[in-house]
Amino acid sequence: MTEVAAAAPAAIVGRSLWGDAWARLKANRAAMVSLCYLILMAIVCIAGPWFVPHNYTTIYSDYVRTPPSFSAYPKAEMVQGALDDVLKRMRVDLKDWKLEDSRALVTVTATRPIDERYLRYIDRSDTFDDAKVEAKSADGLEMTFSAAVRQQYFFFGTDNVGRDLLSRTLMAGRISLSIGLLAGVVAVVIGVLYGSTAGFLGGKVDEVMMRVVDVLYSLPFIFFVIMLVVFFGRNFVLMFLAVGAVLWLDMARIVRGQALSIRRQEYVQAAEALGIGARGILSRHVIPNLLGPVVIYMTLLVPQVIILESFLSFLGLGVQEPMTSWGVLISTGAKNIGTANWLLLFPAFFLVSTLFALNFVGDGLRDALDPKDR
Amino acid sequence: MSDATILDVRDLRVRFRTLDGTVEAVKGINIHVGAGETVAVVGESGSGKSQTMMAAMRLLASNGEASGTVDYRGRNLLELGKSDLNKVRGSKISMIFQEPMTSLDPLYTIGNQLVEPIRRHRGLGAAEARREALRLLRLVRIPDPERRMKSYPYEMSGGQRQRVMIAMALANDPDILIADEPTTALDVTIQGEILTLLAELQQKLGMAIVFITHDLGIVRRFADRVYVMRSGEVVEQGETEALFSAPKHDYTRMLLAAEPTGSKDPPPSNAPVLLEGRNVEVTFRIGGGFLAGEPMLLRAVDRISIRLKRRQTIGIVGESGSGKSTLGRALLRLLPSDGVIRFDDKDISHADRQAMRPLRRELQLVFQDPFGSLSPRMTVGQVVTEGLLVHEPELSGRQRDQRAVEALREVGIDPNARNRYPHEFSGGQRQRIAIARAMILKPKVVVLDEPTSALDRSVQKQIVDLLRQLQAEHDLSYLFISHDLSVVRAMADYIIVMRQGKIVEEGPTEAIFDHPQDAYTQILMAAAIDSTRIRASA
Repeated sequence: MTEVAAAAPAAIVGRSLWGDAWARLKANRAAMVSLCYLILMAIVCIAGPWFVPHNYTTIYSDYVRTPPSFSAYPKAEMVQGALDDVLKRMRVDLKDWKLEDSRALVTVTATRPIDERYLRYIDRSDTFDDAKVEAKSADGLEMTFSAAVRQQYFFFGTDNVGRDLLSRTLMAGRISLSIGLLAGVVAVVIGVLYGSTAGFLGGKVDEVMMRVVDVLYSLPFIFFVIMLVVFFGRNFVLMFLAVGAVLWLDMARIVRGQALSIRRQEYVQAAEALGIGARGILSRHVIPNLLGPVVIYMTLLVPQVIILESFLSFLGLGVQEPMTSWGVLISTGAKNIGTANWLLLFPAFFLVSTLFALNFVGDGLRDALDPKDR
Repeated sequence: MSDATILDVRDLRVRFRTLDGTVEAVKGINIHVGAGETVAVVGESGSGKSQTMMAAMRLLASNGEASGTVDYRGRNLLELGKSDLNKVRGSKISMIFQEPMTSLDPLYTIGNQLVEPIRRHRGLGAAEARREALRLLRLVRIPDPERRMKSYPYEMSGGQRQRVMIAMALANDPDILIADEPTTALDVTIQGEILTLLAELQQKLGMAIVFITHDLGIVRRFADRVYVMRSGEVVEQGETEALFSAPKHDYTRMLLAAEPTGSKDPPPSNAPVLLEGRNVEVTFRIGGGFLAGEPMLLRAVDRISIRLKRRQTIGIVGESGSGKSTLGRALLRLLPSDGVIRFDDKDISHADRQAMRPLRRELQLVFQDPFGSLSPRMTVGQVVTEGLLVHEPELSGRQRDQRAVEALREVGIDPNARNRYPHEFSGGQRQRIAIARAMILKPKVVVLDEPTSALDRSVQKQIVDLLRQLQAEHDLSYLFISHDLSVVRAMADYIIVMRQGKIVEEGPTEAIFDHPQDAYTQILMAAAIDSTRIRASA
């Protein structure tokens, strides 16, 4: 201990409490699996929509409430139906049709000569593409044309208006996760600053600051949100700043309690004896030492925000069509549970598994950061 | 005293699984306890003395495991089933712990906490169990036991709480009482009373006592046989007298010689007075406020005057609650106080935070608890240089680093370790770091608030030597607050004895120690220096 090394100030780097906590977290398998799952989920939701064949807003009117399937649509029996629809619009009658390779060869008749431009109707359909006239009778009353049958994949099926559920679920994931994170960060930043200031300054300042929190607590949340909507219009980012601005109240209370106990620690008194100002003590001693519970609370806050968002969207105060979120998808899924259960199952699975993973990570963090467990 | 061995620990090993691999806390030790015998297990912190007994009682933390045999009257406690174990644990072998405040449940009355286990273990009725509880409280000499049955732990003093703990431990008439540092958290005068009580109870009830402690003074006065432990091994054992008069192992000899020695010469009489307090008064308001009525006023420091000269060390002695720490803080203007405080011929009694800031570097404070006084999230280098951020803001990061290296070297810490975190150091090393933090500012006055109380004896001596050396090098003045008279005697040239916020007696060290005038000082001295054997008095 007492031997003094040569002047070389090459210092040994120690393992910080965070390093310790990380090592403990790594030993917790459930938490690590959940963490990997969350990262995977985030990557899939962020990058996924670019790789999915359908846009989340595209409406396939031929594919309303199509059940999920790994094989391509349309199925053979669906081609007939789609064809009937289109021909009705073209005001022609079907004489005969057959499927050759992936093209449909169709012969139609009509009472008046058929205009070739009517083939546009074929191209407009979700099922067919690339219509070409193959043959036409001399009087123009009969025409044979061929059209490519478009191969579509709906792995998660489609919704009530015929939009691909996979791309919508991923898009919704983007929204839900970013809302969770955004509102979570807002709540943490405000809560930590406010709570630690109140707890550290103590006395009258603390009393006043916490009474303000109590007053805000007593405001009905929905009322608060409606008021914001009235003043600022429907703005997605603003909405969730507002959610964060409401949820910081809990955080402020937790942090204040921690700050009160940290203020009595001897290292804070030592800093005071060194003449360190209030700001220095707050930033160097109080806040770093209360980050443990804050991190834990944050992992519990994110699911709370996601659920709150789905509630708001359900009321029509949250995200608006065609934009969507897991909460929105689930609420529409719940309405169609009898006829199209996949509309509920897929978004619900995404939401539930994410919340599970977040809770496991939160649990793991609490175990990892709790010094009493040492 | 019978020779029959009732507890026989053979080849006990305790291992803890940690992140850094397995740590062996106890390395195959043998201890035996005879019926009615007092056995002391002595060692410094980290020697495995507590873990030995925790392992024997199967109370290890969840990451610990024990192997070997712990034989209690022919049964191996390490292999007993849970229900059989509970028949032995708590009734035949019971334990008392160091901290009587935390071992009692604050939400229940003393009576509740005594009666419940009696009813559970012995199947007595409510009235009978109550009578039994009263008998036990009388046995441990709690005054007015009927009333005390209804009080809550916070209403009692530390000594009384420890008596209640002893009463609880005795409830089922144990064969063996394991006492883990039972007097360490108590004042010296109370320590003596508790030890006498234990000795009497042992004579009356005939149980064996296993006494775990780091304090050799107590061992000598109390135990029949001694085991000396060091880093998980028993290095020496024997009858108390034999071991103390002729220690064989170097470590035992070192422990025996660890009492701080030497004395300090007073400063020259013409030395300038650096810090002076006149009629300093500190009053705490308890309760009160809006709708809560008049607050209760507690006068923690009551009109105390003190003059600290250059290179002088004033020792402030007193029991817990006597206001000695409060006085130290009031003199540094860390607490609001009345009266006049002068530093370097400037009146600072009304200086606010801003005005005090430049003076902070000259007036430094070192705390008792080296675990609590270093922020766990900062590296040692950051901790040590924090004061420079305020007082020498012009320094660059590299210059600060250089200063940290110098300061750590001065207190005997390898400066290469400055990027480590406090929890990676031992208690003594942390106290050195805390001293470095104060010294880096080159202060003139340092208030040392029980700087050695949380440390082992041998480490205490090193810290005392370090403080002395720093004083000589930098012309420091110390205000040394302590309840440990042997350390004060070695450090201070002037002593103030405090009790309930007032000065009871003051004077040069030798005078106070050799001819204490006041009755209270006499009691204090007697309790601290007495080396006669504690025996049942009646």
